[in-house]
Amino acid sequence: MFYRTLFPRDLFAELDRLQRELQQSYDLSPSIRGFARGGFPAMNIGNTPQSVEIYAFAPGLDPDGIDVQIEKGVLTIAGERKVDLPPQDGKATVHIDERFAGRFRRVLTLPDDIDPNAVSARYRDGVLHVSIQRRAAAQPRRIAIQ
Amino acid sequence: MSDTTTANKNAPAPAETTLLPPVDVFEDAGGITLTADLPGVPKDKLHLQVEAETLTIEGEMKLDMPEGMESTHVEIASPRYRRVFTLSKELDTEKVTAEFDQGVLKLRIPKLAHAQPRKVEIRVE
Repeated sequence: MFYRTLFPRDLFAELDRLQRELQQSYDLSPSIRGFARGGFPAMNIGNTPQSVEIYAFAPGLDPDGIDVQIEKGVLTIAGERKVDLPPQDGKATVHIDERFAGRFRRVLTLPDDIDPNAVSARYRDGVLHVSIQRRAAAQPRRIAIQ
Repeated sequence: MSDTTTANKNAPAPAETTLLPPVDVFEDAGGITLTADLPGVPKDKLHLQVEAETLTIEGEMKLDMPEGMESTHVEIASPRYRRVFTLSKELDTEKVTAEFDQGVLKLRIPKLAHAQPRKVEIRVE
């Protein structure tokens, strides 16, 4: 299997695939949309009893150009990051090119109990923070015993 | 200018793992421009240091997290960034300029005046 993948770039692709397969074998029932790890922007997701908090690490964007949508329980974050590197006209040499450039789109399935009308999104220091409230009825309540 | 973050084995290892910010580096006749992504780092938590021929970029994230938040999916697992570069002799480390906006750092390191290219006139006699 390795005979045709000896070039370094292919080797990395192979390692990526291996890592993905390993991860999949641990996660027995992944979401149908999966989680495209390593995609742009990187995302952290957290839960509190009242809300779902999503952090998208997307530095250097124009906040007006970020498109955040919730439709049928699916959150989509899309936009475009401009290329910062100089044009390849021979006047400048690119030594390292690691930063993401181009169009991006990430999609994630939200829990059932969120309220799509109670969403706030802030963009600060290059991080988009989306906070979605859970519906009051779904929150744990203490029942008084009489 | 070369990346020594992984190569320099003699440097004391940081106490905890740090993130390696992705960078773009390009060079033109006047100097080198470095752009780095450090999302989540406010201006006052960014530390840049040029010492001898070493450039160190460090930053610490500050995110608003509600109390009692439980992480369910984590792709950025450390709040600290660190990356070290070795500069070369023809760069003028006294004249480095930096801009930091929405998590993107832009550094300009000019070349020393005598290191800038000069067109050599060829006289035909």
